[in-house]
Amino acid sequence: MNLYPHAIGMSADEFMSWSSAMIDNMVSAGTKRTVNRLTGPVWAWAMRNSMHPLHFGLACCAIEMAAASAPKHDAERLGIIYRSSPRQTDVLLVNGWISKKLVPNLRRLYEQMPGPKWVVAMGECAISGGPWYDSYNIVQGMDQIMPVDVYIPGCPIKPDAMIDGFLLLQKKIDAYFKRGNFMED
Amino acid sequence: MMKGPELDKMWITMGPQHPFSHGLWTLRVQVDGEIVVDAEPEIGYLHRGWEKECENRIYPKIIPMADRLCYSASMTWSHLYCKVVEEALDVELPDRARYLRVVADEICRIQSHLMWLAAVGTDLGNLTVFLWCLREREFFLDLNVRLCGQRLTTNYPRIGGVRNDMPYYFERDCMRAVERFEKALWEIIAITDESSLFVNRMKGTGILTREQVANLGITGPAMRGTGVDFDIRRDDPYAAYGEIDFEVPVLKDGDSYSRFRVRIEEMFQSCEIIRQAMAKLETIPKTHPYRIKVPRAVPEGTHVTRIEDPRGEGLMYLVSDGTDKPYRLKVRSPVFVNVSAAKPLVMGARVADIPAVMAMIDMCLGETDR
Amino acid sequence: MSSDAKIEAPSYNDVKALVATKFPKTVSLRENTKKNSRADNEKRRIYFKADRKVLLELCTYLRDKLNFEHASSVTAVDWVDHMEVVYHLSNYFNGMLLEISVDVPLDDLTVDSVANVWGGANWHEREAYELFGIVFKGHPKLERLLTPKYYEFYPFRKSYKLRGQE
Repeated sequence: MNLYPHAIGMSADEFMSWSSAMIDNMVSAGTKRTVNRLTGPVWAWAMRNSMHPLHFGLACCAIEMAAASAPKHDAERLGIIYRSSPRQTDVLLVNGWISKKLVPNLRRLYEQMPGPKWVVAMGECAISGGPWYDSYNIVQGMDQIMPVDVYIPGCPIKPDAMIDGFLLLQKKIDAYFKRGNFMED
Repeated sequence: MMKGPELDKMWITMGPQHPFSHGLWTLRVQVDGEIVVDAEPEIGYLHRGWEKECENRIYPKIIPMADRLCYSASMTWSHLYCKVVEEALDVELPDRARYLRVVADEICRIQSHLMWLAAVGTDLGNLTVFLWCLREREFFLDLNVRLCGQRLTTNYPRIGGVRNDMPYYFERDCMRAVERFEKALWEIIAITDESSLFVNRMKGTGILTREQVANLGITGPAMRGTGVDFDIRRDDPYAAYGEIDFEVPVLKDGDSYSRFRVRIEEMFQSCEIIRQAMAKLETIPKTHPYRIKVPRAVPEGTHVTRIEDPRGEGLMYLVSDGTDKPYRLKVRSPVFVNVSAAKPLVMGARVADIPAVMAMIDMCLGETDR
Repeated sequence: MSSDAKIEAPSYNDVKALVATKFPKTVSLRENTKKNSRADNEKRRIYFKADRKVLLELCTYLRDKLNFEHASSVTAVDWVDHMEVVYHLSNYFNGMLLEISVDVPLDDLTVDSVANVWGGANWHEREAYELFGIVFKGHPKLERLLTPKYYEFYPFRKSYKLRGQE
């Protein structure tokens, strides 16, 4: 492995060539696979137990979202902690109907979230338009504007159902990180 | 020295996703340093054409949609809808239905006010208030489940009565919940009303005069905290409110703190109303009907009625054309008008006080945008 | 009773008589016909039909003299051959709800704005403007409020059909 002794004083070009050479070295030597195998389960354990949804209440289900983090249901024991800034979140919880005026804002929030990110469609309105099936101003389902990972049906859903949906999402997060992401991106 | 006209002031956009806004709306404020000099609310992110969709549905199918107008006070909205259709049909309700509606309305009012208090708690930086309020709220949601079968969107009133009578032991459960709540509310008061953290942020902010409030059309607790002594339950009684003895809390200061006090007092009064209505329900025999049959089609005409929502005056205006679908159904939402008064409310306040001022409006965007 | 003094809580008959003397030809009363509605029987509802030329004058009179200091709602109804704008006003002292309906012909969809009389009517008029296309003359800010800016139709008109509406 070609390690520069003067790593602190590198220029940007030097750093890029050094780091890509190092990754190539590690991939070819099998180091990356080994590290992934060792650290993958740790990553998966950490990430699935700290899902941070965006604190973004749209409609009826937002009230149940609040109730889910309240004493009776206590979603925080699963690590579901709401963050107000999209930069600090990894789950976009869409809990209500999506009007055409909201679509650009919602896309922007989604784009502001750092990857890997997940989208949960919560309630009938976000799944398929729900009771507003004939409205002139409602997008008929969340999946028409962005990819959705978990659908939680109900109108409005109960907090238990929301926690159940997040347990499903945990499995998906677990599977994603188990293969490891050392030295990716 | 030349000075640009806009350089010393700047616009801040709060929303649609913002921790202070409980729901989707945008408040654009222009600040001069720390002081708000101009404000402009913007709504419409949840507009779905509710009134237009109602023209496409038969009358009984609108009841569950009326629930979803305001999701934290769904009972009053389906009550209001059923009431306007009953006025159009010109029918009189049986006693049992009227009292059951009062009980369900007041359960709904308590849980809606608790949701508001929980939101105020997080706004003013005290998460304990949020946790305690939602803990107490669960008991009333359980009552909703016992009575109506759903936690939030109750779908309980029917045109001509209510869906079902009280289940067994509902009186006992209801009285237990109310008695427990009256004690618990004092605990919540101890960490809100007696805490200088809360009171200092609310006192002296968002001041409006009585004339301003009347002219701007602000209704509900925000109005009664400004010295207007008007409550539709007492002054234009509906259901069984005319036969129940209760007080309407009115405070004259007109700041956020008096609006806060009015809502707290209203919760005590709601407990009192539930107690009286339950005592009355015990004297009405169980064999008494709780629902009457009504025709499917509504005769031609225009009808208007109003109701006291936890947030203010809810009004529905129905134009029927003799068929089984409404010709036009207009909803007057209290928050729609209250939020249009956001500019006079936040003018002159500091940026950090905006959540404390706007929290007293108790935003519910489902009914605002319709 | 002098005609200039402000009456704090006018009764049903007061409102009826005073409006009839002040606006003899242009405002007509619709009698209550409901038997079972308590509000109607206790005279807490009053329905007027007004000409749109005197609307602003009537509204100012009702606010200043008869103390209807709260505008509950302003709405519009599309009757296909004409439009109708309906105002609901209330009095805080006697719990009375007053309804004024104004006919607007299709070829001239304008009516005077009452947003300067009652600030609470401001957004109701904006809503009626964007959903029905009725122009309120003298409104301080007549812009779209609920629907996106790029909408070019008036969704609440009867000519606009929803999916499944014949």
